Amino acid sequence: MTKTTRRSVIIGGSTLAAGQVIGMPAIAQAKKYDVGATDTEIKIGNTNPYSGNASSYGNIGRTLDAVFKMVNDQGGIGGRKINFVTYDDGYSPPKTVEMVRKLVEVDKVLLLFQTLGTPPNTAIHKYMNDEKVPHLFVATGASKWGQPKKFPWTMGWQPDYATEGAIYAKHILATKPGAKIAVLMQNDDYGRDYYNGFLAGLTKANEKMIVSRATYEVTDPTVDSQMIQLKNSGADVFFNITIPKFATQAIKKAHELGWKPVHYLNNVSSSFSTTMRPAGIEACQGIILALYRKDVADAQFADAADVKAFRAFMAKYMTASDYKDDLHNYGYSVAHTLIEVLKKCGNELTRENVMRQAANLKGFEAPLLLPGIKINTSPTDFYPIQAVRLARVKGEGFELFGDVLASEST
Amino acid sequence: MAEQTASPAVVAAPAARSSFNFAPLVVWPLVAVAVALPFISNAGGGLISNFSFLQLSLVIVYSIAVLGLNLLTGFNGQISLGHGAFFAVGAYVAAILIKHFDIPYWSVLPVAALACFVVGYLFGLPALRLEGHYLALATFALAIAVPQFLKYRHFEAWTFGVQGITLRRVRGPEWTGLNTDQWLYLVVLLIAVLMFWLARNLINSRAGRAMMAIRDHHMAADTMGIDTARTKAITFGISALYTGLAGALHAIIFKFVSPDSFPFPLSISFLVGGVVGGIASLPGAVIGGAFVQVIEKYADALTKTISQMVHLPIELQPWTIYGIVLIILIYVMPSGIAGGIASLWARLRGR
Repeated sequence: MTKTTRRSVIIGGSTLAAGQVIGMPAIAQAKKYDVGATDTEIKIGNTNPYSGNASSYGNIGRTLDAVFKMVNDQGGIGGRKINFVTYDDGYSPPKTVEMVRKLVEVDKVLLLFQTLGTPPNTAIHKYMNDEKVPHLFVATGASKWGQPKKFPWTMGWQPDYATEGAIYAKHILATKPGAKIAVLMQNDDYGRDYYNGFLAGLTKANEKMIVSRATYEVTDPTVDSQMIQLKNSGADVFFNITIPKFATQAIKKAHELGWKPVHYLNNVSSSFSTTMRPAGIEACQGIILALYRKDVADAQFADAADVKAFRAFMAKYMTASDYKDDLHNYGYSVAHTLIEVLKKCGNELTRENVMRQAANLKGFEAPLLLPGIKINTSPTDFYPIQAVRLARVKGEGFELFGDVLASEST
Repeated sequence: MAEQTASPAVVAAPAARSSFNFAPLVVWPLVAVAVALPFISNAGGGLISNFSFLQLSLVIVYSIAVLGLNLLTGFNGQISLGHGAFFAVGAYVAAILIKHFDIPYWSVLPVAALACFVVGYLFGLPALRLEGHYLALATFALAIAVPQFLKYRHFEAWTFGVQGITLRRVRGPEWTGLNTDQWLYLVVLLIAVLMFWLARNLINSRAGRAMMAIRDHHMAADTMGIDTARTKAITFGISALYTGLAGALHAIIFKFVSPDSFPFPLSISFLVGGVVGGIASLPGAVIGGAFVQVIEKYADALTKTISQMVHLPIELQPWTIYGIVLIILIYVMPSGIAGGIASLWARLRGR
């Protein structure tokens, strides 16, 4: 397979001399590059579903592209322009493999960033680690992206589903010890990740607090019968592990049935435009969910510097898009995390150093993260965001409550 | 329906006949060059990249899949919108056998092919009652249903649900000096040569003539004593065998299968590949395979490159170029590229 070519460039005599005068080691002045990085450019690869069933996620790819355009307009990173190469994979794993091989072998990118979806990333997981190409901040919340021993070149970004599930469980134990819990979950890896994290958070002794559990297939037309079954179990706490379409149905149905449990909803369905509004704002009041990013439409953050910068960015670079769409918010925040990593790499833009810097983020506050939530990584901790804050739906917004919650359950 | 399906046959007939002389002069030398390609590349110090070999392998795999559909639709007049389903079944049979029973990849290929023959034959039996649009809809349902079956929770012990199955990397024998991509290219190529040779013999045989007779005039074929029901069901099975074998090769090349790997548009792309290449033509299947790989897979990249090249002020949708190419091809060469070339050749010789 292709070997990464590495060349070191020592800058001309004068700079070197200057370095010695102020007593810095000469090595600090050396520029080291792997393929995909030069004096003028950093090449970054990405796949996103711009077509097909999951094409709504393509907004993430478009946002990333726009953020890098903005960075380039402002002079790039260390004088280097970002060349962001993004291809459509239609959320189809074989197509992801092919496009990623094109990115690595033909386009020769320095690193792969924000490839989207659990199945597509699973298909390239081993390839990226065999090739030793950074596979950074993948756009999925599965728990398997943080295994530095087995997969030292792959890293997630958002709080993983298991961590989030454990946080809800701990909150229930703290606030409602005798709760009778009903769970609705999607019958796949995503649902199971949440559920297993939730179980781990409850601990073995309290597992019997779950009095009823219903599943649905992503292809089911409705979850109405599941909701009736859950209500009849007599549960007073409801953990809702569903994607927006079904979250909407579940919220609506609970409201119609007059069932008023303490309702925990997974972060996957935290969007007002895709979940709450279709379900009816009234039916959503009091729902508890975990957030890690600011809702940019929330009045309490209107004056925050990062929200202002974000809105200015949207107004200038993504004029045709709705700034309230959570995917833009997400893309903006994660893109700045990569920019931070690249800045820390300095002049040593090798794949190894990219991973070293990505695994050495200490207390980094990426734009749009909620106050108090910071990104921390280490060579043994490949889960960048592991803290959330709980919030209640109140009116047309979220009301944050409690402290920042972290869970090291994973 | 009979009139509609008869038309490509009329056009494609000269192509089929001319391939008689065409084979020793053009096809076999081409095959020889293709087989030598990885060795030439290595002798020249890596003239051709691994990624290019992957691309070539995929062209060949899709050619086999399109050939399967051509046998059914082009030569037997049955329409299928669901061949992605057989592709998926072949891929999963191969992946499950390799994963759970640790069987070497080359020996799962005949098993996967046979399994798809059985599935295709069984599906073909009830489908016998369906003609034209109704058959198209039944196969459409199949393409929608199969990925859901693969996610079905009681099969999960075997299929691993939505997570899919990851396979080990195949390595070529040491003595060949070929790497994985080159070796798989060679394997796929030799299997394709075998399968195309078998298809050619089938079409030129008694059974093949029966298939075409059914397509051209069902009732007449019946009257002549052809067992139309059996022929149609077996053709369905053979067609599924070809496409399923392609699916198994696809799984081995990508070392991964999951339900999301086989979305419904895959079935459509086989049909489009077949029609664009020439639905009742063997060379047409190769052209169709190339079309699926080059034009369709890279629809997005092509669209982007071209709009950047000419500095288009508007953002084009990912599939723009694909649509344009398709419309032009269907207008200019209504009988597919193979048919178009054949009639062009005939006209040139006529003058």
